[in-house]
Amino acid sequence: MEKTVRKTIKQIILHHLKKKRYHAYGQCLSAVGWVGGTLPELYEKDGMIELPMADVAGGGFVVGAGLMGKRPIYIIRYQGFNWFNAPIILNYACKSKEIWNVPCPIFIRGIGMEGAIGPVAGSSHHSLYFRMPGIKIASPMTPKEYKKVYEKFMREEEVYYISEHRGSYNNSKELRDLIFSKPHLVIFAISITRFAAIEASNDLKKIGINVSVCNILWIKPFKIKNSWIKTLNNSKYGGLLIDDDYENGTAKSLAHEISNKTNKKILTLGLKNRSAGFSKRTDNLPPQKSEIVKYIKNIIKFREKVV
Amino acid sequence: MYKIFLKNSFEKASYCRHFEKMVFKNVQKKNINIPVYLSAGQEVISASLAVICKMRRIKPLLFPQHRCHSIYLNFGGNTAKLIDELLGRASGCTNGMGGSASIHSKSIYMFGHDGLMGTQGPIGVGAAYASKKPTIVFLGDASAEEDYVLASIGWASFKKLPILFVVEDNNLSILTEKKVRRHWKMKDIAKGFKMESYDFDDDPKNFFKLANFFFKKPILINVKTNRLFWHSGAGIDSDKIFDRYENLIKNNPIFKKIDSLNKKKIDLIWKRQLEKQ
Repeated sequence: MEKTVRKTIKQIILHHLKKKRYHAYGQCLSAVGWVGGTLPELYEKDGMIELPMADVAGGGFVVGAGLMGKRPIYIIRYQGFNWFNAPIILNYACKSKEIWNVPCPIFIRGIGMEGAIGPVAGSSHHSLYFRMPGIKIASPMTPKEYKKVYEKFMREEEVYYISEHRGSYNNSKELRDLIFSKPHLVIFAISITRFAAIEASNDLKKIGINVSVCNILWIKPFKIKNSWIKTLNNSKYGGLLIDDDYENGTAKSLAHEISNKTNKKILTLGLKNRSAGFSKRTDNLPPQKSEIVKYIKNIIKFREKVV
Repeated sequence: MYKIFLKNSFEKASYCRHFEKMVFKNVQKKNINIPVYLSAGQEVISASLAVICKMRRIKPLLFPQHRCHSIYLNFGGNTAKLIDELLGRASGCTNGMGGSASIHSKSIYMFGHDGLMGTQGPIGVGAAYASKKPTIVFLGDASAEEDYVLASIGWASFKKLPILFVVEDNNLSILTEKKVRRHWKMKDIAKGFKMESYDFDDDPKNFFKLANFFFKKPILINVKTNRLFWHSGAGIDSDKIFDRYENLIKNNPIFKKIDSLNKKKIDLIWKRQLEKQ
């Protein structure tokens, strides 16, 4: 059986605690399901530390552990909880090396998900971290990507924010860029939207529309591959950056960076500019395959009309 | 034993007092051009604790906030490097990045502050938990009010950490008095979290009485003290403030002598560092 993202994370944490003797912190870790099955059944004596329900202080405890060289993994069950968990990490751990020359490496697992769970527990919220200095942000959606990101963290002394998504936990396949030499359009996709982007590209190909798909793993520092630039420069209608967060944040910033490198227009598609509720009717979901297909068809229609 | 403790504590406090007076002077002369948070009036607290730690051969992790010059000096921080820091030089103890409010020193295990009031509470607790090393978290009576500080006291108590919370209670948040901000005491809050706690003034004998208990279990001490100068900068809010330091030196010829020697020492170091400019 192929290894899933879920199993990869579980093995990494087991290795981090049992082999390396480091710590993992979070709330309700040993509750039903062990955070979506991503945690091994370990306890305080093993370095799996249950924190009290004090989110702001919890972030501070983890920073203290980071300063003591425990390379803590900090598990945040819903990315929206970062509104409370992030302040001390961003204002202390992320600045510690620059201001005091004291590294404070922390591996933050922010977990995104969707489905009638309201404005905080739903979606990804990596934009909360994005604007601040001293942090690296990745959004791995495959087993190899996750392992690569963890290994890089272990070689460095930085704070890492890992924008996870429960939708990827069952995935065991690696996602490769779909590159057309002369595409109509190029999608740059983050987090869970990468799966929908690939599906959308496949659907559009059937009706003669070629859409390249570039998988964004590293959000910060943002790594733009040469193959992305090439396909974008050869594209007819520019690019579309898709995110599982609100557009006014990471998505628009990255779109701007790509645009600066190519002089191609990059549009963005993310969560709608409204709050999600606790029902299917009031959900605020990331762009789905059908929405992406429709959006791209409209772009092409509009541009061709203009031309 | 107490006499030696008192003498050593005074010696440290006196050193800090003269240091702060020189900072005051150099802010007025505009040699120092950054916001400074003077600890004059409160120096006996960290002086007494530093002497206790030395007596017990403990080198604690230190988590202060702003108003931390005395903590740095009392626990053995390099004076010349602090002067350089206040002058914004790269040769400063925090490479010119910390200024007055964010003093850091690896050699004395003192961790700089980030500017958000009270974050040293949870960070210090996390460090104490992860390392199991004796830890002192210094708070003001205002930063102690931060919700995450209260949560930190709770978890430190639950985990029975070797930590000492020191609330330097000068009654003021900038100039807003405690009675305007709350109707409860830190001592009671700590007790509510099942942590041993005390409320006393900054007379060295109060620290001495507890010297052997610190770091064996989590303890909070709320120490009533007085800030002699402005919240920030070189100025005086009132000339009617009780001054522990003056109270100790009064009618004590030995302390007067120590004081005069410290003044000379400090003047000399400042002169040397200023001439470097």
